Amino acid sequence: MAKIFVLAEHRRGSLRDITWEMLTKGRELASSSGAELVALLLGFGVRDFAEELAQRAEQVLLVESERLENFNGAIYQKVLTRLISEYRPELTLIGHTSFGMELAPSLAAQLAIPLSTDCIDLHLEGEKLTTIRQKYTGKVNSEISFPGARQYMVTVRAGSFPMEGEGTYHREIKSLSLPVEETADKTFIEYIDAVVGEVDITQSDILVSVGRGIGDSKNIPLVSGLVEALGATLSCSRPVVDKKWLPKERQVGTSGKTVKPKVYIAIGISGAFQHIAGIKGGTIIAINKDPKAPIFRVANYGIIGDLFKIVPLLKERVSELKAG
Amino acid sequence: MVFDINEWDKYAVEEAVLLKEKFGGSVTVVAMGAEEVEDTLRRCLATGADNAIRLTDKAFQGSDAATTARILYEAIRDLEFDLILTGVQASDDGYGQVGPTLAELLRIPHTTMVTNIEIMNEKARVRRELEAGLEEVVEVQLPAVLTIQTGINEPRYVSIMGVRKAAQKEIKILGLKELGLKEEEVGESDSRTKEEKLFLPPVTREAEILQGNPEEVTTRLAQIIKDKGGLT
Repeated sequence: MAKIFVLAEHRRGSLRDITWEMLTKGRELASSSGAELVALLLGFGVRDFAEELAQRAEQVLLVESERLENFNGAIYQKVLTRLISEYRPELTLIGHTSFGMELAPSLAAQLAIPLSTDCIDLHLEGEKLTTIRQKYTGKVNSEISFPGARQYMVTVRAGSFPMEGEGTYHREIKSLSLPVEETADKTFIEYIDAVVGEVDITQSDILVSVGRGIGDSKNIPLVSGLVEALGATLSCSRPVVDKKWLPKERQVGTSGKTVKPKVYIAIGISGAFQHIAGIKGGTIIAINKDPKAPIFRVANYGIIGDLFKIVPLLKERVSELKAG
Repeated sequence: MVFDINEWDKYAVEEAVLLKEKFGGSVTVVAMGAEEVEDTLRRCLATGADNAIRLTDKAFQGSDAATTARILYEAIRDLEFDLILTGVQASDDGYGQVGPTLAELLRIPHTTMVTNIEIMNEKARVRRELEAGLEEVVEVQLPAVLTIQTGINEPRYVSIMGVRKAAQKEIKILGLKELGLKEEEVGESDSRTKEEKLFLPPVTREAEILQGNPEEVTTRLAQIIKDKGGLT
């Protein structure tokens, strides 16, 4: 019977959301194609995770070793090469996360299986797979096929599918005693937690967020005026931090913070997926000169225009309303 | 669209030049593409790279990420190196695949999303970006491929004079023949993933675009902000 593999991702004692999201999509594909959904779990002391995963997959393949305690792509690759060569799944799903981006390309190359990365959807017709992914920071979608392939590997973008999905009654956990070899290639040393700064943007009801469109650090005070008038907190997108215009603690997005304000005002932010993924709920307002900017696809309200004109005017209007 | 160096690659080139300035050695930049890539390579030379190689051939067109890695591999396999730096991904396609695939072909270690590099004898101790501001420290045996994340450094300003000066340097051009490749080993014929079509993302939520002159739209917006609880 054909198999669909989903590689469970976990870190510091918890399974990551992407695992459940992939199981949701994996279940749908397995049901429509008659394949068996198998969760792969590599780790150390993760029996509890296996029990959880067994609620959502026909089978859990479990490999435990001290060497698998923390993620190490080089060691994972060796174990997964064995598993995929032996079980020959039609499809292997891996998260398009820091974990999966480290692992999937070289694993696919070693196994000579074609790989499609950062996918937001998958379709299986008969044995033919197509995937959907995005280009140009989300402005265009692209459909990918795999001519002549019999096996596929896909990395899945976080948040593409719901975490809650159909369960299963089968629930088999198969513990495999594979040799897990050490490697000199790569060694995990330690985690470094995010620096706690003086501002906690996650605690603010109103965020005014600036992006690359602000052009220069010398334009930040322009926005600070609006921030003050609103009684809001200033946040930003990644490029602003990369350019050292604002500190990392103010960054919204997958590599920064996840925020849930009442109102989120995005100024000069194009709206790359990595940024949008950090905004959970609230009213989103976008000010951008590019009408095609992906931010307008998630915003509730938008102004298409020059932020250098709009922001000072908006500050005036807000001050008037407050005084009013 | 403006043709420019990929954002991630800009940081990778700067990092390579910083390492050279610290430890000596030389930096070679390799790019695949038609003539418009020359400007990008000149810019890299002006940043401080010593050599530049451009891989170009009609047959390369339509190569997917894995095949692109294969072409790069043929160009790099016989060169001497301690470190290969690439960007995490390209800003257009965003595959994030070429660096690690190249490492696999070269049978050397790799690590991705690197935000800091320390060289320690035969090893590199690097910081990698994980999610939500978390990072990890890993050690990688050299030679290795590291994919560089944006923000790792502050790419230097390259003056027009600098680019002009670099114009005299030779850019080595290699095609299918020079790399010892056959037509069926590259381009669309070798690629195992194929872009079938492009389409606009379906609209899930269309923003209400406020219409009118700047005075009107900002008045309207201020009221909306107030109504949504955004005025304290």
